Amino acid sequence: MIFFDRIKKLRANGVIGMNFRNIELIGRCNERSKYPLVDNKLITKKIAKEAGIAVTELYGKIEWQSQLENLHEILAPYQSFVIKPVHGSGGKGIVVITHREDDLFIRANGSSMTLTEIHTHITNILSGLYSLGGRYDIAIIEKMVEFDPVFQDYSYEGVPDVRLIVYKGYPMMAMMRCPTHESNGKANLHQGAVGVGIDIATGKATNAVQHNLPVTLHPNTKHDFSELKIPQWEEIMKIGAKCYDMTGLGYLGVDIVFDRNVGPLLLELNARPGLAIQIANNKGEYYRVKRIDQETQERSAEERVAFSMNVLSRI
Amino acid sequence: MSSKFQVMIIAFMLAAVGFFIVWYKVAFLNIPLTPHEKKDYFTISAEVSFSGENAPAEITMALPAQQEDVKIVSQESESGGFGFTISETEEGERAVWSKRSIEGKQKIYYKITVSPEPVYSYMPEVDTEAETVRPLYSNTLDTDAFFALWGEVERAAALNLIETVRVHSSGPLTFAAQLIDQLNHKAPSDSVKMLLNMEGEDKVSLITKILMHEKIIIRKVRGIYLKDRQKGRTLMEMLEVYTEKGWKLFDYEKGHVYKPRDMFIWQRGNDALFTAKGVSKPKLRFSVIQTQVPVISTIQQNIYGSNSEFLNFSLFTLPASQQNAFKQILLIPMGVLIVVILRILVGIRTMGTFMPVLFSLAFIQTTLLNGLVMFFVIVFSGLFIRFYLSRLRLLLVARISAVIIVVIAIMSLMSIISYKLGLTQALSVTFFPMIILSWTIERMSILWEEEGGREVFIQGSGSLLVAVLAYFAMMNEYAAYLFFSFPELLLVILAVIIVIGRYTGYRLSELFRFAPLGHS
Repeated sequence: MIFFDRIKKLRANGVIGMNFRNIELIGRCNERSKYPLVDNKLITKKIAKEAGIAVTELYGKIEWQSQLENLHEILAPYQSFVIKPVHGSGGKGIVVITHREDDLFIRANGSSMTLTEIHTHITNILSGLYSLGGRYDIAIIEKMVEFDPVFQDYSYEGVPDVRLIVYKGYPMMAMMRCPTHESNGKANLHQGAVGVGIDIATGKATNAVQHNLPVTLHPNTKHDFSELKIPQWEEIMKIGAKCYDMTGLGYLGVDIVFDRNVGPLLLELNARPGLAIQIANNKGEYYRVKRIDQETQERSAEERVAFSMNVLSRI
Repeated sequence: MSSKFQVMIIAFMLAAVGFFIVWYKVAFLNIPLTPHEKKDYFTISAEVSFSGENAPAEITMALPAQQEDVKIVSQESESGGFGFTISETEEGERAVWSKRSIEGKQKIYYKITVSPEPVYSYMPEVDTEAETVRPLYSNTLDTDAFFALWGEVERAAALNLIETVRVHSSGPLTFAAQLIDQLNHKAPSDSVKMLLNMEGEDKVSLITKILMHEKIIIRKVRGIYLKDRQKGRTLMEMLEVYTEKGWKLFDYEKGHVYKPRDMFIWQRGNDALFTAKGVSKPKLRFSVIQTQVPVISTIQQNIYGSNSEFLNFSLFTLPASQQNAFKQILLIPMGVLIVVILRILVGIRTMGTFMPVLFSLAFIQTTLLNGLVMFFVIVFSGLFIRFYLSRLRLLLVARISAVIIVVIAIMSLMSIISYKLGLTQALSVTFFPMIILSWTIERMSILWEEEGGREVFIQGSGSLLVAVLAYFAMMNEYAAYLFFSFPELLLVILAVIIVIGRYTGYRLSELFRFAPLGHS
């Protein structure tokens, strides 16, 4: 049977499936009561600041429909900004405005929005369209990340980010998500962004996939992914490790972006990170998970990062 | 691992309990495993015919009691203009028909429907002995007086016969058996010949007299064979002898018999089968008709009722309308199981976890093809209108409410148009859950805006696939029957779902998703 053969090979490569992730990783390691820490972006921002992790600057929040009457005044000071739902997930409901042209707001993908359209969008956020479970939500307006030109070659119409999977505080797998024209500037792999597997020891690219298929060049910028190396790699690993300390979630997705001025900053946390990172790395998570399970001693964030870079990266 | 072990234990226990109850119901309560299983029923009608004499008339007839191997399912009297009552006598119930004055030929029927099956009684007949062990010929009658009427020679022949039988027997059972055997012998002894040739005596009277002489307790039994298309029959007379092991049935010809399954005892005891006062030419005849009835309908009519505490606590005891509601409700676990399998084991993406089940419930009402057509018409026209609504800048709740109203309008319009066109099938559109439809439309349009048409297609067709599969699972007549008759199967489904709930292996779809990782 071809299926059994496939199962055998996937097992041998330590690939884990959604069911394993849901039961053995999320179910076992993530306490429900701690979800609000990552599902609510305002709380995430607050605890990250307390933990000394850089986050994007908050311009303001809109909680009530009535606040929208002053939307023009609220947005007046900013040429560029990002609107997000506080409880959004998977990049849903995020609008990035890079600059203005007269009365129009120009989005990262080049399209434009009028003030009324932004008004509608925030109304949708408030009524819970993008939030988990459809609850009433809050919209936040943040500073736009001015992304670091080091990744200029590997991104198109959007901001590339680094995703770390942190298991029990050990950053164990990493990938970079590079937006493409096809992904509409979004860093979502299933929408056509390129996933680049990153060696957790060095921050160097090891492998790249788009739509589950290996690629070597960025489809739009035509740059070779094999030359990609993420700067301040240890710093990034430390952010990941610290996110465990501040949330207590044992299986965590940490999204980090590079700001030209601030450096790496925490964009978002995810208590239900996806499994596409395995494809980007051409490697399963299972053996690293098992290796971490063997570690019983308490370690500081720095020690865990060292363990990850020295031990886990070889598995 | 220990929690996984616990899960397995719980699942195993649930499944075991479920299957045990099913087995119990099949083996002991005779609930069939398939919906088409039929059971034999015999309708025995006693026809009393007579001519009226313009005088007050009273007709009585012995009525059968509940018995071990044949169950009385129903009984009724077709009494014409007669008053009908049931009176209790020492030997059981008797039907009494009476009328002030009758003329001409009359017929009265008494019909009993029986089914040959064991009757499980939870009340052991404690007082059987006390009640029935009494000589059926009056005690005051001197049994020797029978013989006294006979001549010297006959008496000697009788004593001779008794002596022979006694030698070859050890108790009432063997005595009766031997006696009947002797009287039916192909080459009868001289004394038997003489006794049989006696005027006014026959085999039956001889047997009863001799047994009574021996102080053996006996009673008369009248029965009829359960065979189809019998007409104008009389009841067959038999004999029961009280032995140390209870009452034993004897045939006057064949001796001791085990009561056959297809024999229905109408009367036990020595009372007259029927009596008629104030009429002439009374006659009692029996007929038997066999019918086959689907077992399930008999269960639904709660015929089992008093028979088993277990079934007294079943869905069959509910009123018919509730039974129908539960027939629907008990299908849902099947649909849910399909969702669990398709999502966890196969990995199909759907819009809303259990939305497909709701649609398949609607499909059951509308039939599949009509349902699908209506689904597409409503969803596409709804999507079209939703795209326009999104330009009106409405709040979410108001927008969905608007979509609901639009959906209702589309449904009404569809019904009217199709009705005018003579397509009555489309009228069943009302079974679609409007609110769910509206949410589906809303979700689809959001999904379209955010992730593109491809994702809408994947999730939409995934949902429909699940809905159609759930539809087939729930439409399965066999499954529907099983779940209604054996609701304890829910425990088995629960066990299966619990086990699947701990499945950590790959989903079928992941074998393709992770295909690039499966090469090295």
